[in-house]
Amino acid sequence: MLEIRGLRHEYAGRTVLSVPEWSVAKGEASLVIGSSGSGKSTLICIIAGLIAPAAGKVSVAGRDIAALGAVERDALRARSIGLVPQTLHLIGVVSVRDNLRLAQRLAGLARDDGAIDACLASLGVAALARRKARELSVGEAQRVAIARAVVNRPALILADEPTSALDDANCAKAITLLVDQAGACGATLVIATHDQRIRERFAARLEL
Amino acid sequence: MSIPRLAWAYLAARPFATALSVAMLAIGVGTLALLLLFTGQAEERLNRDARPVDLVVGAKGSPLQIILSSVLQVDVPTGNIPLAEATRLAANPMVASATPIALGDTFRGRRIVGTDASYLALYGATLAQGRVFAQPMEAVVGAEVARRFSIGTDAELVGSHGLGATGPAHEGRRYRVVGVLAPTGTVIDRLVVTPLASVWEVHEAHHDAGAAPEAREITALLVKYRTPLAAAIMPRQVNATTSMQAAAPAYEMARLMNLVGVGVDVLRAFALVLMATAALSLFAALMSALQERRYDLALLRMLGARPAALFALLACEGVTLVGAGVILGLVLGHAAAGVLGSWIARTNAWSITGYAWQPAEGWMALAVLAGGALTCLVPAFQAYRRDPAILLKR
Repeated sequence: MLEIRGLRHEYAGRTVLSVPEWSVAKGEASLVIGSSGSGKSTLICIIAGLIAPAAGKVSVAGRDIAALGAVERDALRARSIGLVPQTLHLIGVVSVRDNLRLAQRLAGLARDDGAIDACLASLGVAALARRKARELSVGEAQRVAIARAVVNRPALILADEPTSALDDANCAKAITLLVDQAGACGATLVIATHDQRIRERFAARLEL
Repeated sequence: MSIPRLAWAYLAARPFATALSVAMLAIGVGTLALLLLFTGQAEERLNRDARPVDLVVGAKGSPLQIILSSVLQVDVPTGNIPLAEATRLAANPMVASATPIALGDTFRGRRIVGTDASYLALYGATLAQGRVFAQPMEAVVGAEVARRFSIGTDAELVGSHGLGATGPAHEGRRYRVVGVLAPTGTVIDRLVVTPLASVWEVHEAHHDAGAAPEAREITALLVKYRTPLAAAIMPRQVNATTSMQAAAPAYEMARLMNLVGVGVDVLRAFALVLMATAALSLFAALMSALQERRYDLALLRMLGARPAALFALLACEGVTLVGAGVILGLVLGHAAAGVLGSWIARTNAWSITGYAWQPAEGWMALAVLAGGALTCLVPAFQAYRRDPAILLKR
């Protein structure tokens, strides 16, 4: 599902990320772990096609990200990749349901409120569907951000530091949610984190 | 959740800033719309009133005053001219028609014009009721006079001496209304029209001394040319060879509009400054929205939105604000014209209406929309160029 060969990224003439070789199989859950500034978020951005690497090849679902044009890259990200950013950012001025509808629309999918409601229900936040996203608590926002990442049933879910601000109990819950949701839609899961608490839950790891 | 709906959600989320931007633009558009309505309707009205007449011949004095008094019926005449001299001029081969008018009295602020039936023909007036006057002290009233004072045929009118509203009444000499004119949209709607002889009769009685027929006077002669060549010859001929003054309505109207135009231009410049201020405020609001929403925009890119969609989002917000400002401004401008028109109508015989539409308003609205769209371009382009990775690198 995800293959990386000879990846290198530079910033201001300095190499900030180097991944000689790494791959994650379809449906597998994997961890990218490293300290702050080790290039985890940069790696997520490169896999998502948001920034271009200085060198190397990244393939998602058999497609070389660098070989795609801007339009195809955006389409691939919208349709095949679900992203959960560290900040759990949602569009605050619209409802939870509209946040998920937006993800459907930007992926070029037909509006499917049934899928949205099922997704919210599976994460235990169905009652929040009509609430404005800015009115949610951190815990609620986290579940909605995960719902948005999985609503289009992507092939790959990328989560950036999903547990950094959580206590032990909520950290475990968040990881369980991500793993369960990825499993439910058959997606490959890649979690980038510096959080050593979740290290042992994943056998497949990339150390940066 | 389409881009326009998202744009609307952003606007609705900051109602005060949205209302302020729309209100500022609406005030500018409304002021311009009011000016266009006022100048457009005034110009149309003046032209409608003046169009049937090629030349006005009155007593020596200001040509503009002659037009204002004898055609538009808003100023006092420069004096009287001898009927005999006017009659000689009317016989000139270059004259197709010559309509004499005699002014001097009013009925409740509306002028009583002594003339002949050709005056009605000049303005294409037709009768809504009754018949045309046939003898002295018979009168026909214009549509506005009839409506405003509820006058029908067989009513009796008492004129007041002078063209002001407070002259002494000619109680002993009453006019009998024999006809009511249909509306024409011209000056005649606001007049009481009677034979010349009525005016002479009333004033001779008033001054207690009858004038000899050959010494009789009129206020002005309204001339229509038989040939366009007359426009180059007759005014000079009248001014040089008679005791009378010639005034061309077309020329004097243009001069009047130029005089009034200075004030209108100042107001127009003021309205344009208001609109420029509104455009700056819109620009500031969109730039501030861009800054506030930098992570939202990055998120949209992360979800797969094309840069063009972010451009469209900002442009949609801007165009919605401008569109709302233009619509509200036009409504305000027309409402203000209606209110101002009612206020003017209380003291004047003519007014403006808010129910009319000037073609220039359409061009103004398009220009404001285009200007507003241009104002949105910079923030929209900045949205287009947003780094989509900032959310993950935050």
